[in-house]
Amino acid sequence: MSAKEGVVKDRRDPLKVARGLGSAKSGVDHWWIQRVTAVALVLLGVWFVVTVLCLLNADYATARDTVAKPWNALLLIAFVITMFWHAVLGLQVVVEDYVHARWKEVVVLVAIRFLAVLGVLAGVLAVLRIALTP
Amino acid sequence: MANTQRPLSPHLQIYRRQVQMMTSITHRATGVALSVGTLLVIWGLLELAAGEAGFSRFKEFLGSPLGLVLMVGWSWALFYHLCNGIRHLIQDVGLGFEIPQFVRSSWLSVGGSVVLTVLVWAYVWMAGGAA
Repeated sequence: MSAKEGVVKDRRDPLKVARGLGSAKSGVDHWWIQRVTAVALVLLGVWFVVTVLCLLNADYATARDTVAKPWNALLLIAFVITMFWHAVLGLQVVVEDYVHARWKEVVVLVAIRFLAVLGVLAGVLAVLRIALTP
Repeated sequence: MANTQRPLSPHLQIYRRQVQMMTSITHRATGVALSVGTLLVIWGLLELAAGEAGFSRFKEFLGSPLGLVLMVGWSWALFYHLCNGIRHLIQDVGLGFEIPQFVRSSWLSVGGSVVLTVLVWAYVWMAGGAA
């Protein structure tokens, strides 16, 4: 570079750097939480698949006893919450990309959230019922 | 707006097919499919909590032809999303951005998902399940 060093260090507009939490108002939260839940789901998902495979020929009582074990109940609840959280974030991006009418977009996004919260509550309640019923 | 007659880019009809395009859109598609699959997990848990009759109905559905097709599909979707998700996490830390690496890791995701699906269903078959 023959230009005078120190005069123009960077030709990029300083506005390219988002101020505060940026125009999304939530910073990189969406992106970051999707990655964190993804890492959690790598571990929880593999555990879930292995657990289900171990129960292949199990009768009802065995399946129930397995879910009722403290560690299994804990990990299952963690799996249900993380699974729905990750799904909501992923579906949100898909809806934002492909649904072009704003009102439809909002309706679908809210509906997805309602369903996901119901799914989490139903799953957690079911596991608790199994784990806490003697 | 300028001349709107010009082709859009990428112009999909003449865009050369690349494996990365397919892994990308398949990641989304399997993600949407797995989101629907969450409902099956919840259904199973609810039936397990409700009692033996409900749970055997749930198992019966899984063993039915429709249930088996859905389970094979969902298991592949899960393993694909898992393999390709790990690939994206690796790319998120800044690795594997050379084009040949991109192509190779795409095929690794596809191959890995197929291998895992075959292994799981071979195990199910040998264990005498799926009925």
